Amino acid sequence: MDVSADTLRSLHRTMLTIRLFEQRVAREFRTGEIPGFVHMYIGEEAVAAGICANLRDDDYVTSTHRGHGHCIAKGCELDAMMAEIYGREDGLCKGRGGSMHIADFSRGMLGANAIVGGGIALATGAGLAATVRGTDQVAVAFFGDGAANQGVLHESLNLAAIWRLPVIYVCENNGFAESTPAAYATSVADVASRAAGYGIPGTIADGRDVLEVLAAARDAVARARAGEGPTLLEVKTYRFMGHFEGDPEKYRDDEERKELTANDALGSLEARILADGHASEADLDALRGEIEAAVDHAVEFARASAFPDPSTIERYVYPEQVAQ
Amino acid sequence: MAVATERSLSMVNAVGEAMRQAMEADPTVIVMGEDVVGGAGRGGSKENAMGGSFGATKSLYPLFGGTRVRDTPISEAGFVGAGVGAAAAGLRPVVDAMWADFTGLAFDQIYNQAGKMSYMFGGQVRLPLTIRVAMGSGLSAAAQHSGTLYAIYTHLPGIKVVVPSTPYDAKGLLLEAIFDDSPVLFFEHLKLYVAKGPVPQDPYRIPLGVAEVRRAGSDVTIVAIAAMVGRALEAAELLAGEGISVEVIDPRTLSPLDEETILGSVERTGGLVVVDESPPHCSVASEIAAVVGEKAFDSLNGPVRRVTAPHTPVPFSPSLEEAYAPSVQAIVDAVRTIC
Ligand SMILES: Cc1ncc(C[n+]2csc(CCOP(=O)(O)OP(=O)(O)O)c2C)c(N)n1
Repeated sequence: MDVSADTLRSLHRTMLTIRLFEQRVAREFRTGEIPGFVHMYIGEEAVAAGICANLRDDDYVTSTHRGHGHCIAKGCELDAMMAEIYGREDGLCKGRGGSMHIADFSRGMLGANAIVGGGIALATGAGLAATVRGTDQVAVAFFGDGAANQGVLHESLNLAAIWRLPVIYVCENNGFAESTPAAYATSVADVASRAAGYGIPGTIADGRDVLEVLAAARDAVARARAGEGPTLLEVKTYRFMGHFEGDPEKYRDDEERKELTANDALGSLEARILADGHASEADLDALRGEIEAAVDHAVEFARASAFPDPSTIERYVYPEQVAQ
Repeated sequence: MAVATERSLSMVNAVGEAMRQAMEADPTVIVMGEDVVGGAGRGGSKENAMGGSFGATKSLYPLFGGTRVRDTPISEAGFVGAGVGAAAAGLRPVVDAMWADFTGLAFDQIYNQAGKMSYMFGGQVRLPLTIRVAMGSGLSAAAQHSGTLYAIYTHLPGIKVVVPSTPYDAKGLLLEAIFDDSPVLFFEHLKLYVAKGPVPQDPYRIPLGVAEVRRAGSDVTIVAIAAMVGRALEAAELLAGEGISVEVIDPRTLSPLDEETILGSVERTGGLVVVDESPPHCSVASEIAAVVGEKAFDSLNGPVRRVTAPHTPVPFSPSLEEAYAPSVQAIVDAVRTIC
């Protein structure tokens, strides 16, 4: 695939930002400063980066409990993301949501979701909104292999198919739902094959290669924008970390974990950028330093932000009404 | 001198023991849910990797195998509905739906199917189904992993609702629920999961619809649900210091509700405070207040007080979540307004 140096560098920046942001979240989580629980996207960066590189600011995404990467790829600010993860008033959701409910509607990021499969129908509805308004916006539903067995996916695929909605259903197949292997829980080897049952294209991309994801998503997004309807795009990927931070991971062994990280999409992208002469080692080091500084800043920003005032607990239960 | 023979178990393990003993006693008892085994199909030490989100089912798969202990895909409507159907067809399924919030995905199967079958079909069918769920705020688990929802299910005819507050009750009530012929929603509060309490080894059952008086008192009655029982007892202790004698009642099951014990207590004390970690509208607190208002009005010396969560989802940030569930102080304050 023909990709410009700028595209490669931009994909790399997104993936590295996700990686470094998440590594920091994991580290800070272990200190006990971050409330609740967090699910790491490390190893899956190529999916969010490759898909969202095809999206505009006014396109929509819906996300999962493992949503930090989708946020970053859709352009959310690190400071406000981190403050949300810390439960602070300056967070994207003013501390009401946390890691599993991070959202930024100004960027078309319609929410991480702690209900497995919870975002799938919502993306379908965002696609419907674009269709009714007559715009060429598209919506992407990110969901896991586990979520692929929720009835709502099947209802949504059918709905989007009959209404030719501009929706891309992106199954991030990382092989496991918590401890349950996709091979056990799913009746077919490829979730994408289920598209046939709804008369829509089902494609598969290798998540170890961000360019493959980019290309597959480009086709699906182009179809959607052109009014040709939905696509089910399955990306085979790997979750390097536990299901959540603190997962004892008894369902896989050290050897498997080592194999996983040997196929790091971020590493191979860096190798390619260096080999093609699009950046030098020094450039990459500088970029890393820049992102690390931004992540440091985000943590400081989060720590400096106040906790929400308990007297505001009843605010936002209903949207603040705008006069019609 | 008496030898201490009492064994202590956490609520998680008490619940696990109840399932194990039910499965030993009756081959029609099966257990299913997401990750109730874990590492399904992986074999060796990778199998039985979880035993449920909190380890409650850990002992089951090695003892009873994959025919009776089944990991499910993430398909709540499907596997909860399959539990209803299997119950109608003669099994006693125990379905682990993980968090109470996730029952939303299976609501039709519970409400329209399980809850109505016996009635619609003129009593032809028995539905010995138990649905276990974890619930409760206080763990920064945020809006979709913290709800109580027992009020929703208490509202539904045909469904029974159990809310244990001790490991002892959890075991006895779960054994009863499994052998009850009606669908039962069994709520396990996350904040009560690890604390240990005495639990006899042998199987025993606690009938549904029988409240327990946790502390006897004469000035005011507090009815508290699940994790709120502990807070009510703390409040009672503080109030005792001020000379207010509080009776604390744990209903243990909300459907059926032991009205007799509650009414009898209010008739003696003349006051009622209900403590409920749920939003107040159409809550169990409201129901208990209504029952007492209707049936023991003449005994009341003042208004019934409900101490509940606010009418909000559960917030994530600790500063807000702290203000969510009723505090000991809020209970004390409520009692003071009527004593
Ligand atoms: C409706 C619902 N059921 C169960 C859960 C508990 N749960 C959280 S994440 C998860 C596994 C999800 O697997 P998958 O969709 O493959 O996403 P992954 O975690 O692999 O990214 C489960 C079972 C939940 N949050 N919501």
